[in-house]
Amino acid sequence: MLAFIVQRLFQAIIVMFVVGLISFSLFQYVGDPVNNMLGPEGSIEERERLRERLGLNDPVPLQFMHYVGNALQGEFGLSYRMGKPVDELIVERLPATIELVFVSAIIALLVGVPMGVYTGLNRNSWLSRIFLTVSLVGISLPTFVIGILMILIFGVWLGWLPTFGRGGVVDLGGWQTSLLTLQGWSHIIMPAITLALFQLTLIMRLVRAEMLEVLRTDYIKFARARGLRNRAVNYGHALKNTLVPVITIMGLQIGSLLAFSIITETVFAWPGMGLLFLQGIAFVDIPVMSSYLVLMALFFVIINLIVDLLYYAVDPRLRAEHVGGAAH
Amino acid sequence: MRLSRFIPVLAAAVAAVLATGADADAKTFRYATTGDILGLDPHSNNEGPTNTMKGNIYGRLVHRKPDLSLVPDLATDWSRVNPTTWRFNLRAGVKFHNGNTFNADDVVYSFKRQTQESSEMAFALASVEEVRKVGDLAVEIVTKGPDPILLLNMPNFYMVDKEFMEANGAFEVVRGAGKTNFANLNPNGTGPFKIVEWVQDNRVVLAPYDGYWGKADLETNVTEAIFTPIPNNATRVAALLSGEIDLMYPVPLQDVPRLDADPNVKVLQGPELRTIFLGFDHWRDELLDLPGTGKNPFKDVRVRKAFAHAIDTKAIQRVVMRGASTPTGLMVAPGINGFQKDMNTPYAFDPEMSKKLLTEAGYGDGFPLTFDCPNDRYVNDEAICTAVVPMLERVGIKVTLNAQTKSLHFNKIGKTEGNNTSFYMLGWTPGSYDAYNPLQNLMTIDGKGQGAWNSGRYNNARVEELTDMIAVTVDEKKRNDLIREAFKIHYDEVGHIPLHQQALAWGISSKTVDKVWQRPFNDVDLRYVVMK
Repeated sequence: MLAFIVQRLFQAIIVMFVVGLISFSLFQYVGDPVNNMLGPEGSIEERERLRERLGLNDPVPLQFMHYVGNALQGEFGLSYRMGKPVDELIVERLPATIELVFVSAIIALLVGVPMGVYTGLNRNSWLSRIFLTVSLVGISLPTFVIGILMILIFGVWLGWLPTFGRGGVVDLGGWQTSLLTLQGWSHIIMPAITLALFQLTLIMRLVRAEMLEVLRTDYIKFARARGLRNRAVNYGHALKNTLVPVITIMGLQIGSLLAFSIITETVFAWPGMGLLFLQGIAFVDIPVMSSYLVLMALFFVIINLIVDLLYYAVDPRLRAEHVGGAAH
Repeated sequence: MRLSRFIPVLAAAVAAVLATGADADAKTFRYATTGDILGLDPHSNNEGPTNTMKGNIYGRLVHRKPDLSLVPDLATDWSRVNPTTWRFNLRAGVKFHNGNTFNADDVVYSFKRQTQESSEMAFALASVEEVRKVGDLAVEIVTKGPDPILLLNMPNFYMVDKEFMEANGAFEVVRGAGKTNFANLNPNGTGPFKIVEWVQDNRVVLAPYDGYWGKADLETNVTEAIFTPIPNNATRVAALLSGEIDLMYPVPLQDVPRLDADPNVKVLQGPELRTIFLGFDHWRDELLDLPGTGKNPFKDVRVRKAFAHAIDTKAIQRVVMRGASTPTGLMVAPGINGFQKDMNTPYAFDPEMSKKLLTEAGYGDGFPLTFDCPNDRYVNDEAICTAVVPMLERVGIKVTLNAQTKSLHFNKIGKTEGNNTSFYMLGWTPGSYDAYNPLQNLMTIDGKGQGAWNSGRYNNARVEELTDMIAVTVDEKKRNDLIREAFKIHYDEVGHIPLHQQALAWGISSKTVDKVWQRPFNDVDLRYVVMK
């Protein structure tokens, strides 16, 4: 067990290092931050001075060494755009993104699972067909189109919901939450649904396929033969067995929710990490961009690590192989 | 579904909460643009939206009105004592937002702070030798030489409180790397509005400053202003249509007719001071696209003329800009000091003449050319370039369009890559509102601080000479003649091809906004916002 964890951690460190290196070298091609900081009107001498002060005249490997050294101490530098420490900016933005991802994950689960069960049980009902057709739209339309359509319908035509931003924010000891007020919910609901739509469809289809599979198995037939009620068979036996892969997929999908949130945040002007990153790109704000990429890589690595460990805990076969020592 | 029933209930509840919060006298003005301000230190950044915000909070000696005229702000009057010395009498009884009194010491201190190396605003005071206190409420500004445009730069000279800055150790202007700047987060000015809250990339909330010296004459009746950055064009339009904001800019050109059709919204359009132009490689002996030939066609004035006559600026205005631009023949816009109305005719569109000129120059079969263009900097920049390509191909030039993001574009055509371009697009607004600025930056190259964005290294001995004279000539008539001559030479030998001034487009809620002045430098000065 310990060897397994150590091995995984070692892999994680390598992944982090490679991501750091790649993201850092990518930034050599995004343009010169000095142009954005000074604007075209800045003089030649001003440019040189600023380049020197930012350390942009050092060779690239040296810049990377500095970067890694500082990152290990939790120092991500100062944003070129705002002159504030990057870690401070991330701490400010993280709650917005985490809440958005959290709410959309909940929506995806709470809506996706029942829909999946329903379509699995009532394969030929007209409602199932509607669910399946509509879910196709959810998968095939890009997120930003869905977001803008929702803004148009609920924000502009019906005027029920605010079209942009985050509101009703309450400070909970450093964590800025918008989940405690009605106004906060009115702001989060549209971006969260937009972000959830793809995952919702995925979960629904996954649950449906698993249900169809499980309902054909022998133990379900036995359960029915024993005269158990439909309800007990469907929910007590069938659904329980379909949820294992759903939980795994959901765990992994949280990573992509974080990644997809870039687009949703831009469309809804949601002040989270994704928006910070996109504005960082537009401004060639290298410290913000690299920190974001490294942080996202860290999230993915941690989620994967947890999923791996969960497998280890859940699946007895994985453990059994190691008991023999030389099983393979 | 449970969810669909939930939304209207929720929305109704929200509406109820919002309705009870509204106060009869409160006039909240909410406006949005593409990006957030960079900071609140008046001497740190020189960037459009940031300067606008600074103008609401800080006082200057001289204020520039929406019609570009100069009026007293913290100075009540001024006069030239001798060719290099100006005397400014200061307004009495002016208080900073923290209650401190404004006096001559603050002007001297602000001068020292703004002229630091790290200040981007130092350009406005580049010609100033020193600022001398000559009384508690009078200063003298001494220039290095006679400076004809000192007054034009005064609206860029921001006043800070000496005691406040010193107490917080904020003399140094900190930018980019190093440490965070106190003044960037804690503004203290003499302007009509003060900052209540700044949540980065989210909102800036302003409230009127009760102790503002000019409160009686202030046009605005706004009691609270909320500035929000909304980067996505469609979202910004939707926010205006749904009535969540009262003003937003820029309006994407394709949405102008749609917004105009909405009874609750109107679009305010006007010319901007920025001139969009095309530039040539004037200096390489061999064009980048013609390796091995030893030829640079652009060294021949006939080829440059052929290009100028091949481009249909009216078609660009009509089709690409949907009418929202003013075709131009000069490198400066109307309203800029030194603009010559009679010389502003664009080069005539005449492809036949263009072909003839190319044949005469020995390029009857054309030549290959890479066209460098930004795609996220100016209004419809890439679309303009895409329209120019077939116009040039019609006269035989084989154009490859290289449109890319602004930071890469500016790298390529700028000093970073040694002006690695043969033909490019650029836009320019003279920060000083004077013709000397483009002459210095775009049309000359040999002097110190000249030619920062003369990417094709256009060089004419007489224009260089004239520019140096314009810098120190105080007599307005004489100076104007020199500017005319320089522009005439530049026009006749097609140094650049000016295309147009792009139009400003603001979307305004006609239900809530009574009047707002649109200044040609595309900013919202809260002094001139009147709500219904």
